[in-house]
Amino acid sequence: MHYFLMTVRMDTAAQTLDPGATAWMLAASALVLLMTPGLAFFYGGLVRMKSVLNMMMMSFGAMGVVAVVWALWGYGMAFGPDSLGGWVGDPFANFGLHGLTASIGDNAPGLPDMVFIGFQATFAIITVALISGAVAERVRFGPWLLFCALWVTLVYSPIAHWVWGGGIFGATGIIGSKIAALDFAGGTVVHMNAGMAGLMLAVILGKRLGFMKDPNIRPHNLPFVMLGAGLLWFGWFGFNAGSELAADATASLAWVNTLVATSAALLGWLLVERIRDGHATSLGAASGAVAGLVAVTPACGFVDPVGAILIGAIAGAVCALAVSLKFRLGLDDSLDVVAVHFVGGLWGTLSLGFFAVPSSKTAGGLFYGGGLAQFWPQILTALIVTVWTALMTTLIGFAIHKTVGMRVSENNEASGIDVTEHAETAYELITTGGTFRPDGQPRPEPVEDSVTVSGAHAAPRKVPST
Amino acid sequence: MKLITAIVRPEKLDDVRQALEDADVQGLTVSEANGYGRQRGHTEFYRGAEYTSDMLPKVRVEILADDDEVDRLVDAVLASARTGKVGDGKVWTIPVEEAVRVRTGERGEAAIF
Repeated sequence: MHYFLMTVRMDTAAQTLDPGATAWMLAASALVLLMTPGLAFFYGGLVRMKSVLNMMMMSFGAMGVVAVVWALWGYGMAFGPDSLGGWVGDPFANFGLHGLTASIGDNAPGLPDMVFIGFQATFAIITVALISGAVAERVRFGPWLLFCALWVTLVYSPIAHWVWGGGIFGATGIIGSKIAALDFAGGTVVHMNAGMAGLMLAVILGKRLGFMKDPNIRPHNLPFVMLGAGLLWFGWFGFNAGSELAADATASLAWVNTLVATSAALLGWLLVERIRDGHATSLGAASGAVAGLVAVTPACGFVDPVGAILIGAIAGAVCALAVSLKFRLGLDDSLDVVAVHFVGGLWGTLSLGFFAVPSSKTAGGLFYGGGLAQFWPQILTALIVTVWTALMTTLIGFAIHKTVGMRVSENNEASGIDVTEHAETAYELITTGGTFRPDGQPRPEPVEDSVTVSGAHAAPRKVPST
Repeated sequence: MKLITAIVRPEKLDDVRQALEDADVQGLTVSEANGYGRQRGHTEFYRGAEYTSDMLPKVRVEILADDDEVDRLVDAVLASARTGKVGDGKVWTIPVEEAVRVRTGERGEAAIF
């Protein structure tokens, strides 16, 4: 289990490969990677027609940048040998994964290190991609890629090190040696982390033009959202059950809990909508499912299925209520990353204080005879992760925004970020004619009155001014 | 020669087309339209936020007809498109100067039948 990782490297020569676990973890890693394209569809359907490609590109861009950073130094900072007293791993000990290509069992018994490295890379990717929903439809693509690289280096990797990499919350860490928090698959590292980062970035970048006024700011393709939610759910079985790092009974329990908590959350969200708005919506079903997946993430290996159902049902209802907060605060967390991932992740993390089943790692939650003991480590971990990500994300966000600039111009935002950032449109509703210029032929002179398309080689293109 | 334009409920399009076919209409043009009259828009909810839309989807049916056919065809549209509730639509006619069949160059009545 993640939080159980040893800081002391085992003798790899003595390790024998576990083929069953290895096969499962190879498959689980591919499942988790599919979550990010799934997220691209989930987020893409939620934005306007003119922004869907940019929204999906924020996820695909994260896949591009984070995997490369992970292989070069991110993995070392998250799971390498302790440095700075357990606050971060050593990025240089195995830079570029040097020395790890054939080793077995450094991270989990019987697993080649490469499986674990790949599995963890997919977690880093989706965590960064999740943030993009809070700042939809207004971020320049290049600065977003820069943000991805800095954020995974300075925020994600250290937090992963504390919680899973044997750092401060680990069994021998300065905090973990005294009180042991539970986070099976990433309620703090992934969801609270991404949710709080999204909140900070949304504050720094400000709201979209027309936010809370323009009735056209609403989802353009709910079938995409449903497709994305389905892909996320599918991939999440790899995320949660894979976090056992073995093919065993606990992985199977996590699998079933990932099913039932999500189903209960879907129902919980729909119930709130039915009572409050009069209708159960497809967007509510998709959002409820994701809220349940988020909440059961830290809990799935530590609770029983009835506990998971209750965690999910409460998550669905709580997150459905939390989405309206942004309008009261006037904060454009465009796709409710805070309400779903921060709130859902916080609830899931704290829920272990109620529902954890007693085991060698915990005395159990309040409803399972453990009293309040499990609450304190849960609260402390949540608090430290939140403060760190809030602080560091603010620093990174301001640094990029005040130097190269993170927001597109008002004109470009109004025209549509797809055409101005990427020189593409997702849908052609009316054939507009024009000219076709095969590659290699001279470019036409820029057209007056055209909106600027960013990039040195971008062809000028007329778009309707709004 | 007249152009009959009918704005009708989308779910009534099939009935209207059938009624016009029964009235020996040889061809028509259909397009999607949005707008409002006495019937106002509808309310949608996305994650609890309420969106009221002013515009409603309708279908626009256009038929070219000889002057003495117009009343009969308008009646066919009225009979087939009516539900009796607000939002059934409108039908109007305007005079047409000329119609030409692209393939043959036929003009006037010969172009529309």
